[in-house]
Amino acid sequence: MSSVMANNKTADKQIAKQKGFAIDLKTWGPFVALVVLALLGVLINPAFLGLDNLSNMLTRSAFIGIIAIGATFVITAGGLDLSVGSMAAFIAGVMIILMNSLVEQFGAGLTTVLFGVGASLLLGLCAGFINGVVTTKGKIEAFIVTLGTMGIYRSLVTYLADGGTLTLDWAVRDIYRPVYYASFLGITIPVWVFLAVAIIGYILLNYTRFGRYCFAIGSNEKVAEYSAIHVDRIKTMTYMLQGVCVALATIIYVPRLGSASGATGVLWELEAIAAVIIGGTMLKGGHGRIWGTVVGAIMLTMIGNILNLTDAISNYLNGTVQGAIIIVAVYLQRASWRKTGP
Amino acid sequence: MLLSARKLCRSFGANQVLFDVDLDLQAGEVHALLGENGAGKSTLVKILAGYLPPTSGEVLVDGSQRHYRSSGEAEADGVVMIHQELALAEQLSVEENIFLGRELRRGMFLDRRAMREQSRATLEELETDVDPRARVKDLSTSDQQMVEIAKAITRDVRVLIMDEPTATLTENEVKVLFALINRLRQRDVAIVYISHKLREIEQIADRVTVLRDGYLVDSGPMAGRSKEELARLMVGREIHEMYPPRTQLAADAPVVLEARDIVVPGAVKQASFTLRRGEVLGFGGIVGAGRTALIEAVLGLRGKSAGQVLRNGQPVVLRNLRDAVHQRIAYLTEDRKGKGLVLNMDLRSNVTLLNLRAHCHPLIDRRLEEQAFQQAIQRFDIRLRTAVRTAAELSGGNQQKLLLAKVMSIDPEVVIINEPTRGIDVGTKHQIYHFIHELTEAGCSVILISSEMGELIGLSHRVAVMCAGVLTGVLEDEQINEQEIMQYASGIKGVGADEQRYG
Repeated sequence: MSSVMANNKTADKQIAKQKGFAIDLKTWGPFVALVVLALLGVLINPAFLGLDNLSNMLTRSAFIGIIAIGATFVITAGGLDLSVGSMAAFIAGVMIILMNSLVEQFGAGLTTVLFGVGASLLLGLCAGFINGVVTTKGKIEAFIVTLGTMGIYRSLVTYLADGGTLTLDWAVRDIYRPVYYASFLGITIPVWVFLAVAIIGYILLNYTRFGRYCFAIGSNEKVAEYSAIHVDRIKTMTYMLQGVCVALATIIYVPRLGSASGATGVLWELEAIAAVIIGGTMLKGGHGRIWGTVVGAIMLTMIGNILNLTDAISNYLNGTVQGAIIIVAVYLQRASWRKTGP
Repeated sequence: MLLSARKLCRSFGANQVLFDVDLDLQAGEVHALLGENGAGKSTLVKILAGYLPPTSGEVLVDGSQRHYRSSGEAEADGVVMIHQELALAEQLSVEENIFLGRELRRGMFLDRRAMREQSRATLEELETDVDPRARVKDLSTSDQQMVEIAKAITRDVRVLIMDEPTATLTENEVKVLFALINRLRQRDVAIVYISHKLREIEQIADRVTVLRDGYLVDSGPMAGRSKEELARLMVGREIHEMYPPRTQLAADAPVVLEARDIVVPGAVKQASFTLRRGEVLGFGGIVGAGRTALIEAVLGLRGKSAGQVLRNGQPVVLRNLRDAVHQRIAYLTEDRKGKGLVLNMDLRSNVTLLNLRAHCHPLIDRRLEEQAFQQAIQRFDIRLRTAVRTAAELSGGNQQKLLLAKVMSIDPEVVIINEPTRGIDVGTKHQIYHFIHELTEAGCSVILISSEMGELIGLSHRVAVMCAGVLTGVLEDEQINEQEIMQYASGIKGVGADEQRYG
């Protein structure tokens, strides 16, 4: 069948040639920014590179980082999830109530904690499913749907805590505590989880059909539909994945303070979205990068950390610096897309 | 003479689309502009309305030469064009649209009362009951067209250009439009009326000009010219070497795909067709006749309210394109940028997107993908300039080949191709025609939807023709010629010729 359409052999050579060596700032931009920020940190205070400080910083960035990896999928597929912060608070609240009530039956043991963990994952999955189904089947914009669920979860946790704070049983806390505070090979458990989620996320996004379909849907839903892709199903799956990531983040967050209240996880959604965007994922969808997101999450924590270590800028200006960096990141992204666009 | 064009030529790059075209418009006449797709009608009126400058030639208004640099300058002369897709701000009210861009003010505030009164007066003059306060979104298509016309009149229109104004209108709405055109004629407005529908032209036009392949072939009064004669003038071109010979069909070639009584609300009225093994079934008709709606309803891409699909004689339910792919039916959309290719994705991923499963075990194997892509480059002769990374950077012809590679990746038995050669060069067209021939030689069946007569005639074993949602007929053998197709496509002949249109 190829007799007519084959008289071109130079094509492969040309492709080989076009893979140049110039450093692509769009790809490496977030990493360059991270290095610059780290250098700045060392200049300001040599203690910045201390093992304790680094470990502390990475551990803190793990919550936002894990949530942001989920958000990378949602945003790449052209969606948005504003409910993650409230969802985390709600899941934390339910987890604590469940574990406290199970103490009588199973005692303050591993079983109780495992039940809590299981419930957390299940809740995350369900919450994500709801967000996904309502946006796709109801054909309502993701912004609106997740703004709604954000309010719902926030008020639910406040209701569960009766306006106050839910506190984990002391005996359970002792057992659960290592999940946040313990280390393995000198690296804390949250960082291990963060790393594992990042690696799995990377493979999922770049080496599976699910990931490829996320890119296609985020670029153009019509094309995806005409490519025999179940658009609604894939989009719902991204929200479910987001829910699981929130659950994981909550599982390592609860032992840190052992409590949950209406103030838990406030503004996490914005930090997660910021990490995704700083990392080079396009907010309008179609282009996402897991390692960029990881770097974005670390950068956000690093900014706060550097401000802590210096007296030059008040720590209270943390939000100002973060905000400015987000805007600059998006501006640079846009500029580079304009150059390479059609 | 109100407006005259003298020896207008226009080229896009090396491609000349208008050759020394003259046109004269008198006040108070309806002047029909006829021609096939690509004959140069749109280019001509775009030049008259200031959207495009001519490469050479001149435009005269009231006997003096004009060089419009924008449509705004033409509007200032009273030359206004109403586009095929209406250009109204949907969320604004009728009066806000009528005065959009030249709002009346009192001091620094809008003079709403004056604008409403003027809008109402204009709408009354047009004898329509559209409320100036209504939101444009809530109006019917014909009322929206009224608003467009009102907008033009308040700008003191003298020449009104209408490009396919009835393409989206129902029968009643067409009557309303024609009544309006008659009133405009009485006001001494010159109207340029572009349409494929010869029946309408016969009803409304005073004079007619026919273009073919960029040349003026006929111009004169409508009286004394018949529809049949005009149809012949529009298409009277010979088909040469472009097309490979048709595949010889076996006498007992089985039916591989059949659609029975498909109904798509508002688009297709009870259409049925069969496709045999090794056959090319053409689908003719003007844009908007319901061909794409019919095919996409068969494939499960659009909802249908009734109808049955049979594959190899067995009833099948196709709820979405994946079901169709399982039945080894491939679909090449006519909208390659909007529906066919992920423009900002690399070429390799585009080729494998439809059949990604075949390149997974279970993770995506990039090497396998690359192999498939290299094979596609060879088989479909995709020509890569250096540094092409995304599909958006390819030329139209190469995009079409990439899309062909994508849909062929499922190794289909039935290939449905929608407007395969829209906006691509002659060389690539030729390749695609031969590719279709190779497919049928190999035992595949092809459905070819095309607005290019030559393609349909040169490639098809049979041609199904649609007009306004009705499948007016399936032409065979010597019936397949341009006049015949044109008559079925404009509803002069075939099923539903008496009811005229669907609505």
